[in-house]
Amino acid sequence: MTAPAIELKGISKAFGPVQANKDISIRVMPGTIHGIIGENGAGKSTLMSILYGFYKADAGEIWINGQRTEIPDSQAAIGAGIGMVFQHFKLVENFTVLENIVLGAEDSALLMPSLSRARRELKALAEEYELSVDPDARIEDIGVGMQQRVEILKALYRGADILILDEPTGVLTPAEADHLFRILEGLKREGKTIILITHKLREIMEITDTVSVMRRGEMTATVKTSETDPAELAELMVGRKVLLRVDKAPATPGATILQVRDLHVTDDKGVERIKGISFDIRAGEILGIAGVAGNGQSELLEVLGGYEVARGEVLMNGEPIDLSGSKSDGRSRRRRGIAHVPEDRQREGLIMDFAAWENVAFGYHDDPGYQSNALLMDNSAIRADTARKMERFDVRPPNPALAAKNFSGGNQQKIVVAREIERNPDLLLVGQPTRGVDIGAIEFIHQQIVALRDQGKAILLVSVELDEIMSLSDRIAVMFDGRIMGERLPSETDAKELGLLMAGITDTGRAHGVGEVEENLAHAGGDAAKEV
Amino acid sequence: MQKMPAWAEVVLVPLISLILAALISAIVILAIGENPWTALKLMVDGALGSTYGWGYTLYYATNFVFTGLAVAVAYHARLFNIGGEGQAALGGLGVALVCLYIPWPHWSLALIGATAGAAIAGAAWAAIPAFLQAKRGSHIVITTIMFNFIAAAFLNYLLVGPLKPTGSMDPATAGFPQTTFLPTFQDMFSFGETVLFRGTPANVTFFVAVAACVLVWLIIWRTRLGYEIRAFGHSQPAARYAGIGPTWIIMITMLMSGGLAGLMAINNVMGEAERLILNSVEGAGFIGIAVALMGRSHPFGVLLAAILFGFLYQGGAELAFWTTIPRELIVVIQALVILFTGALDNMVRMPLEAIFGRLSRPPKPDRRSAQSEPSA
Amino acid sequence: MDYLAILQILDSTIRLATPLLLACLAGLYSERAGIFDIGLEGKMLAAAFFSAAVAYTSGNAWVGMMAGIGASLVLSAVHGIASITFRGNQLISGVAINFLAAGLTVVVSQSWFAQGGRTPQLSGDGRFNPIVWPGAVERTRDIMQADPGQQLYSELISGHTSLVYIALLIVPLTWWVLFRTRFGLRLRAVGENPAAVDTAGVSVVGLRFAAVAIAGVLCGIAGAYLATALQAGFTKDMTAGRGYIALAALIFAKWRPWYALGATMLFGFLQAVALRPDMIEGTLGWDVQIQLLDALPYILTVIILAGFVGKAIPPRAGGEPYVKER
Repeated sequence: MTAPAIELKGISKAFGPVQANKDISIRVMPGTIHGIIGENGAGKSTLMSILYGFYKADAGEIWINGQRTEIPDSQAAIGAGIGMVFQHFKLVENFTVLENIVLGAEDSALLMPSLSRARRELKALAEEYELSVDPDARIEDIGVGMQQRVEILKALYRGADILILDEPTGVLTPAEADHLFRILEGLKREGKTIILITHKLREIMEITDTVSVMRRGEMTATVKTSETDPAELAELMVGRKVLLRVDKAPATPGATILQVRDLHVTDDKGVERIKGISFDIRAGEILGIAGVAGNGQSELLEVLGGYEVARGEVLMNGEPIDLSGSKSDGRSRRRRGIAHVPEDRQREGLIMDFAAWENVAFGYHDDPGYQSNALLMDNSAIRADTARKMERFDVRPPNPALAAKNFSGGNQQKIVVAREIERNPDLLLVGQPTRGVDIGAIEFIHQQIVALRDQGKAILLVSVELDEIMSLSDRIAVMFDGRIMGERLPSETDAKELGLLMAGITDTGRAHGVGEVEENLAHAGGDAAKEV
Repeated sequence: MQKMPAWAEVVLVPLISLILAALISAIVILAIGENPWTALKLMVDGALGSTYGWGYTLYYATNFVFTGLAVAVAYHARLFNIGGEGQAALGGLGVALVCLYIPWPHWSLALIGATAGAAIAGAAWAAIPAFLQAKRGSHIVITTIMFNFIAAAFLNYLLVGPLKPTGSMDPATAGFPQTTFLPTFQDMFSFGETVLFRGTPANVTFFVAVAACVLVWLIIWRTRLGYEIRAFGHSQPAARYAGIGPTWIIMITMLMSGGLAGLMAINNVMGEAERLILNSVEGAGFIGIAVALMGRSHPFGVLLAAILFGFLYQGGAELAFWTTIPRELIVVIQALVILFTGALDNMVRMPLEAIFGRLSRPPKPDRRSAQSEPSA
Repeated sequence: MDYLAILQILDSTIRLATPLLLACLAGLYSERAGIFDIGLEGKMLAAAFFSAAVAYTSGNAWVGMMAGIGASLVLSAVHGIASITFRGNQLISGVAINFLAAGLTVVVSQSWFAQGGRTPQLSGDGRFNPIVWPGAVERTRDIMQADPGQQLYSELISGHTSLVYIALLIVPLTWWVLFRTRFGLRLRAVGENPAAVDTAGVSVVGLRFAAVAIAGVLCGIAGAYLATALQAGFTKDMTAGRGYIALAALIFAKWRPWYALGATMLFGFLQAVALRPDMIEGTLGWDVQIQLLDALPYILTVIILAGFVGKAIPPRAGGEPYVKER
């Protein structure tokens, strides 16, 4: 019997008092594709980083091809035949593809011979695995799909037999993901062993031979993919049945709150990110924007939130909003009744080093209720207000003096949602409301959003989680490459149709040639990757 | 999760850094054949043993409060203003122009005028690097360094040229009129036959410095502007989201910073020299960096650190007077303080955090916060 | 202004530009690897003192230079430990190093030589002496009577110390190392994206320490040049802001070796002209303030920094300590 390509025995890793991996054991046979699935923060990436020598395990053994192997650093991992494609690519932006591939794997002290050998080998690899790239293109000029290919080529050039991919489809469209999977199948046929880390059940079911499930740092199960189903895996992931359906009454839309007409956004590099979109949102309804990350949704939120400039027309309660002003107009938007739960709470929504009470005032710090007099702020009034909001939103621990960074992801998000919803806005912008949030908090946050809708407020929901869009929205618009590809009612569509729209394919036939679509996707995605 | 109790962060970390700096300084003193203990006693005696010593110590401290506050205020917006030297030099120009060309009836009015002149000139000198940072993204550290040299050349030009009284050989302005002379500590605190602070330069500006500390504390921690400055300093993307304009914050913070550095001139130019001389700042702008680091960018900490450095300066002068140890020893100590409190902060902090971590296992925190720590 | 006067100005341009060039290249290695270095000034100063002190004691300029390089390397190590090992603020570390050198050189020289913070005058082999090229004439009289070609050869090309020629050779060498060797590729990569280097199995810490050490060696040569070639001994604060001018030149040169040569020659030229106010007046017909010439390198750099004339984009990972992240 052949030895497993990888065997991990009893791996444990703690970051300070936090146990990221607890006594994890796993066996992956050569020539198979093994999936590791789990929620954000379940410890998947930590485990793979240990395997790649990025972190040192506190306890446990690593066996490669039946041999006990120490992997103190990435050099050792490469030497053991392991290659890794990180979620955030590790490429030098202003180097060429060739230079990136050669970096760290040069043949000699001089560069030229290495570069010409790499050029030859790249050609061979490209033909073997459908992995063609332009060796002389600069990384910053190519799309995200191409960049991922460069990462795979980097690993293969180093002679990797075991390839680890960490959330590889996060920035890809379904079409690009399919191409990636074809590449992976090809590698498997050549006898390579592949570990695929993901939190998407669809991918696991589609491509893996075996799958391990992780939850809160522990390995809860390893099963053959053919002998399981998504429902079982989901249950193993979260520890109980998932209820993604949100209980809500049908919407009763009222007056039009927001009108967007022919909106265009061009970024600092001169790339047009939003190419003329128009839509309305009425009181008492949730408009969901679906799409792969990086197709203009973030810019839409930024424009409406007041920190990106745009051309076109936006009417709030019938009155125009100034779009051409500065990039720091969030304050005037708030005065117009627009509240905003941003996509990235740690980057934008909160000041991680500020106490909870300071964060509750964030963006509203010029509220008259927060001032002692014309000059000074009334910090005790803010603290009292914070205590009130924490109780109402069940933030734990309910301590206004605790710094934001010391709350869990779910509680951080509750602080942001509390701050924005409690302002009783006419329009709520919500980006990725439940990213990195535990299940309990997800349900609570969803209920709050629906409750706000039922009070007759307008809500714009942006999410890359199709399930979330489908269960919360009253109407769904799909964005692709800066345009709205179509609008659907959740009751009259399904994930398949939305997926096609997300890839830029409308039901009247293909809007673009396939090649062009892929190119656009790659481009759009590439910009998304830079933002992350 | 709190890695260390607040008192350790505020007191223990700077204290250990200071002790390390002192230890190495002691080694240097030993190496050049002197006795560190004797040296320390000389310094304490000379700087703190008499009202005379205190008169100098507090005079130097006043300079350092201003330059320290200048660095501290900028740091709250995560701007590293290394240009205090040039801003203080320009502040001197502001003071000189106000004192020389406006006929003041009384020193109190002159003080108000000079305060305005110093602050405006200092702020103006900080304005260009601030504008270039805000609008063109030019690194403020580099531009403020460049502006220090440009300021030096500019003042050099003025003091050997237009501002020099005819017939004088000194590269300096004329002496200020008597109505602009500020009351010294000797004037203020001597009573009857008892003369205190005799002949020392400490003057009423010290109280202006203390008032500046209180004012800065109020601005940074109690006003909306201070809130915005701190928010911007902690996270620029978040500030953008909240509608806090980066240009406005960078400009206003650097103007305050430059103004504070400029204010130093009312102490050394108006209070002490009573005319503007070449190189009047004498490195106080750079000491502000050490003072702000040591004082953890808190006005109260800055005040304490400024007095400490005032002590080192006066003590160092005494040391040079009584021993063969040159004055430059204090530059070494200053360098070590900057090194340990600024650049080697983690070297002091990491073992301390480990110790406190072991002493008190806190209740299980969430893992996200722990992960975000290293990158923060 | 006559031909010979121009040659004389250019001659002092080369002599004054040499320490700037060496320090600028030092900064180039360091900053290309992602480590900001505003401690060039301090390293040069420390090297100047130790090279002069040891050259005086040993009577050999080369031995002195080795000591200068050693002193500069010690400060480089401090910078490396602070900014690489302990991930401290690189700018603050640089500031500290400048003060450390400014203070220690005076304290030590006072204790060593007791001459008010200077070393005794160097002479003979304690200094780097000019190398006279074959066929070049030396005496001022002979030069004045020679033909233009000979004047150029004797005045401008011949007659510099070996360190000048070494500095000039380091420019193509640096270009070659950066763009034609494995080390250069990795060095540039670590300044742009250290994570790429780390995941490729190359040590970020090792590369950055190597770069900082190279910067130390070059600053050491620059300091030795100041004290034992350009001058004959160490005086307090003798670098006089040259480290900062080199930093300005580095920005001016956009972190490229050949541009660095151009930028430092330009700034050296300004210094050379400032020494000859009579010639400026004679040439331009009006008086130019020396102070303006002093300030010009800084003013030019600010203009470059402002991006009005060709934006200078520094290495992307510059100034950021590297922390492993997934």
